[in-house]
Amino acid sequence: MSRRRYLGELALTLLLGWLVLYPIAILALEAAAPGAWRDFVGRPGEWRALWATIWISVASVALAAVIGVPLAFLFEWLEFPGRRTLGSLIALPAVLPPFVGVIAFLFLYGESGFVARAVQALFGLEQSPWRLQGAAAILLVHAYSMYVYFYLFTRAGLAKLDWSMLEAAQALGAGRWATLRRVTLPLIRPSLAGATLLVFMTALGSFSAPYVFGGGFRVMTTQIVASKLNGELALATVETVVLAVVAIVGLALLRRGEGEDILVALGKGTAPRRRPIRRAGVRGLATAAGWLFAVLLLLPHLTLLLVSLVPYGSWTTETLPPVLSLVNYRRLFAEPARLEPLLNSGWMAAVSTLGAVALALVAGELLRRRSPGAWRHPIESLLALPWALPGTVFAIALAATFSVHSPLTLRWVLVGSVTLLPLAYLVRNLPVTGRAVLAGYRQLDPALEEAAASLGAGRWATFRRVTLPLLKPALAAGGSLAFVAALGDFVTSIVLYTYDNRPISIEIMSSLRVSELGVAGAFGVILMLASALVLGIGARR
Amino acid sequence: MSAFLEVVELAKQWSHTVTVGPISLGIGRGEIVALLGPSGSGKTTVLRLLAGFETPDAGRIAVEGEDVTGVPPARRRFGMVFQHYALFPHLDVGENVAFGLAASGERGAVMAKVAQVLALVDLASFERRKVQELSGGQQQRVALARALAPEPRVLLLDEPLSNLDPALRERTRRELRALIQRVGITTLFVTHEQEEAFDLGDRVAVLNGGRLEQLGTPDELYERPASLFVATFVGRANVFRGRAARAFGGREGETIVVRPERLRFADAGFPGVVRERRYTGPAAFFLVEGDDGVRFEVQAEPDAATVGQRVYVQAARTTGFVEPAP
Repeated sequence: MSRRRYLGELALTLLLGWLVLYPIAILALEAAAPGAWRDFVGRPGEWRALWATIWISVASVALAAVIGVPLAFLFEWLEFPGRRTLGSLIALPAVLPPFVGVIAFLFLYGESGFVARAVQALFGLEQSPWRLQGAAAILLVHAYSMYVYFYLFTRAGLAKLDWSMLEAAQALGAGRWATLRRVTLPLIRPSLAGATLLVFMTALGSFSAPYVFGGGFRVMTTQIVASKLNGELALATVETVVLAVVAIVGLALLRRGEGEDILVALGKGTAPRRRPIRRAGVRGLATAAGWLFAVLLLLPHLTLLLVSLVPYGSWTTETLPPVLSLVNYRRLFAEPARLEPLLNSGWMAAVSTLGAVALALVAGELLRRRSPGAWRHPIESLLALPWALPGTVFAIALAATFSVHSPLTLRWVLVGSVTLLPLAYLVRNLPVTGRAVLAGYRQLDPALEEAAASLGAGRWATFRRVTLPLLKPALAAGGSLAFVAALGDFVTSIVLYTYDNRPISIEIMSSLRVSELGVAGAFGVILMLASALVLGIGARR
Repeated sequence: MSAFLEVVELAKQWSHTVTVGPISLGIGRGEIVALLGPSGSGKTTVLRLLAGFETPDAGRIAVEGEDVTGVPPARRRFGMVFQHYALFPHLDVGENVAFGLAASGERGAVMAKVAQVLALVDLASFERRKVQELSGGQQQRVALARALAPEPRVLLLDEPLSNLDPALRERTRRELRALIQRVGITTLFVTHEQEEAFDLGDRVAVLNGGRLEQLGTPDELYERPASLFVATFVGRANVFRGRAARAFGGREGETIVVRPERLRFADAGFPGVVRERRYTGPAAFFLVEGDDGVRFEVQAEPDAATVGQRVYVQAARTTGFVEPAP
């Protein structure tokens, strides 16, 4: 290994360590201060929040699986009218910022949402028939937004399944249920385990839903933010460390459950074939169920669109808004103070994405040699680490680290400046860009680089003319996901924003607080469209 | 005598242009029958119809007089070995073999049966091995053991040797035949290789374009092919028409098929020039171009002729297929 490469890897490891590991270490150190734990241990509310976080996450996994897995079987194995269109429609919640989904839910099923108003009007009730609050509301939103992981993972697993396995089971006398239980489910277990892990980690770090719908029901993420807003910084630090530990323990347990045996079918096998549903009644039922589900899933977003067209103060007790106009959108673009959050989110997402992609490229370039570098493992782990920890944890850790001026220990005061939030976005996006870019590098044929070298291209020319063009799909995929995540971020923003860089999500929250539902809706719609647009571009080959 | 496995007018339409059948077959108890044909001839479809993975549009399948046409694969009691074996990767060898037994017996009996079947395929004490760790030949034997363990009435094999390397194939073929005969199970297998079909099958069913061209012993197929297709698909064959056909003993308007080893060089006969010589050791194939432009092969002693030499060819026997004048 050349000396230059060794130094390059070392420098990258140190940089990533400073960005990713150092803040966590500072956090842990501060939590270790004497007295910090007294409040946490002594207050029953803390234990309740901890327990709530755990059981909400487990219940979210169960609910998401109950919805997502049967849907995957329905769309992967059966053929019925509309299967293709609906199949991609119901994957939609995955591509929209979670915060937008939460707001849309509020407008649709909330206390004064469309459904509540409709029920109220229908039965002539004095008050709203329900309040969308507490654990049930959180679980509803989680089930709605997280079943997609089970749906997509299970479909992918089923698509890879070797059909002759199922026929072999039948030929050996196994009926439909026995085949499902003894062959199909064990074979797609890696997919199910992957989805379980993803949903558990997402639910654990979920902030938007508990924040908007939790009310008095607290989970760790909302508890942390509340402590910080109350000025109980030591307590917030301890809570953050506890949440981080829960996340890491959960990750380790689920990874162990995933098992290590690689279930690769031998030989090439036969591709599964979709079965048309023969009985007309069943086919009709499946089609109707599919459409109903798609409408149910799209309803929140349509609601958001409708609300964005309601002028301020024009909708009071009516079931449906009496006036619709584009006035909210006009205000958004006409008033500089309202336009600013859009611009803020835009530049912060762009800068953080560029940074995360650049770091991933450097890592990919350093690690591309076939001989394993000394720092391969640390670099890969550091790139992946932010995924294992909830966004709140990183936000608090960065706030703790960069609130002190001490250049000798590599700490500067960034709290209160506009740079800390984009830096947090960058750290949060390292796993996404890192995974995409490193996977892209792994698919590169090393012979291509050698060919370029033999044709006289230097290292930089090879990178520019061979590597980059070949990595384009990976860069587009990782970059677009990172950009959209930063654009719609709420969980990190609420901890680290300042007035000068307040992003869209924060502006939506403040619009809601002053009952400007239309403006909040318009922001939500723009966020939704921008996300869909960017992801659409990123997915294009 | 009525057949053990009886297939009557079995047909399946895939699309307007692709149809398999109607096919009728009668197979005796313990008989091994090869389904031979080029790709797309419908041989795998016939096997899958027998296994119950495809539903026929018409016809019926009966075992020992019992109609099984509508019986689902799980209750048909037909064992099947898949082309790529379809061994369950999440189960070890023993669990794979026990899969079809688990429901039926208590644990001790199941384990004894697994051990017995594994011993039968020469894999005794392989129970706890992972299927991924086995060689191709061992995987094939596990697949066979798994299919045989529930003691099926009929054994179906889909291209059983195609996944093995050529060196292993011939040895495995002999072992497979010996094993099937030892078990005494009625067997159907699919292959596109004539040598495999002849070597392994008691009888061979030649399929072409979804239809059964001929069902017979290897000797019958070779010596008395029922159609021009069988004559040319099974073994090497020269097809002669017109003047050449008459020169080799055909009548006016007939098309005749003569195998290369039934032709010989002589002092007089059908004239031509040797264009190529392919040496195979004990003999050589000479590609002869007749004076009327027809090209055909003659099998003879390696030194019987040289390239460019003018030769006269006679037929030792006009065997093979004779298509009468229209």
